[in-house]
Amino acid sequence: MNEAAVSQEMEKTDVKAMALMDVKDILKAEVFVGEDNLATTVTAGTGSDLMSDMLRVPKTGVVLLSGLNTVQVVRTSVIAAVAAVVLVRGKRPTQDMIAQALEHGLPLMSTPFTMFTACGRLFYRGLRGVERKMEESPTVSVKAGP
Amino acid sequence: MSQLTKRFSILARDFSRAGEVSIQVQGTLKKIGYDQDIIRRASICAYESELNVVMYGEGGHLQLTLGPDEIVLDVVDEGPGIEDIELAMQEGYSTAPAEYQEMGFGAGMGLPNIKRNSDSLEINSAKGKGTHLRIGFKVR
Repeated sequence: MNEAAVSQEMEKTDVKAMALMDVKDILKAEVFVGEDNLATTVTAGTGSDLMSDMLRVPKTGVVLLSGLNTVQVVRTSVIAAVAAVVLVRGKRPTQDMIAQALEHGLPLMSTPFTMFTACGRLFYRGLRGVERKMEESPTVSVKAGP
Repeated sequence: MSQLTKRFSILARDFSRAGEVSIQVQGTLKKIGYDQDIIRRASICAYESELNVVMYGEGGHLQLTLGPDEIVLDVVDEGPGIEDIELAMQEGYSTAPAEYQEMGFGAGMGLPNIKRNSDSLEINSAKGKGTHLRIGFKVR
């Protein structure tokens, strides 16, 4: 299958938005903050342990998966207006993280899956990455790879 | 609208508090009621530059100026300065030690991210003389 065909195939299974409730179910996640906000929808996902990558999330409505459980992940997400954070590989948020997430109304969950598997599960169910949103910006080009 | 200035101190290498200044900047901009896009861009620039001061700048301050046409962030430190600004503007170039990178910082994206999210950026820095960033956002 050539690149165009692959991306056409992907379009077919694309979902425009996914509720945090579905993210929770798909990732078998435990919710630490935001149990009352699970009807909130996300329109894309991203996974990173680097603060600067998190800050490059192009728009709002993105769920961030991270393997780093430090209070900085919460602060960075608030700054980047990320819609929700999921810690991977069963990492549990610290009290400090929970307090900050509560203060800023940021949903915070933890999934037992690894980063790769968690991203794969969401992707398989139709949630896409932030690349297409980036393509809309004329200054950034994204190659379909590999 | 008259001009409003707010100044915040930034402590060196205090990672437990790093980012708090930017959260305050974000809160101030939200309270005034700027549009989401400019708040988001200004918050990201504040955060990247605050972290730079925490990591490299030996502490310093961030000054927020709200004018009728422009939001300005002046970020000043008395650290070692940037030896090669052109190199520091390249994505992925970093002088961060491994311990910062393990915390998710120092990926070499700070200044490029600031440039990307701002409407104007002036960098005044020289080896041994500290760094002053003036980051501007046009209010439309």
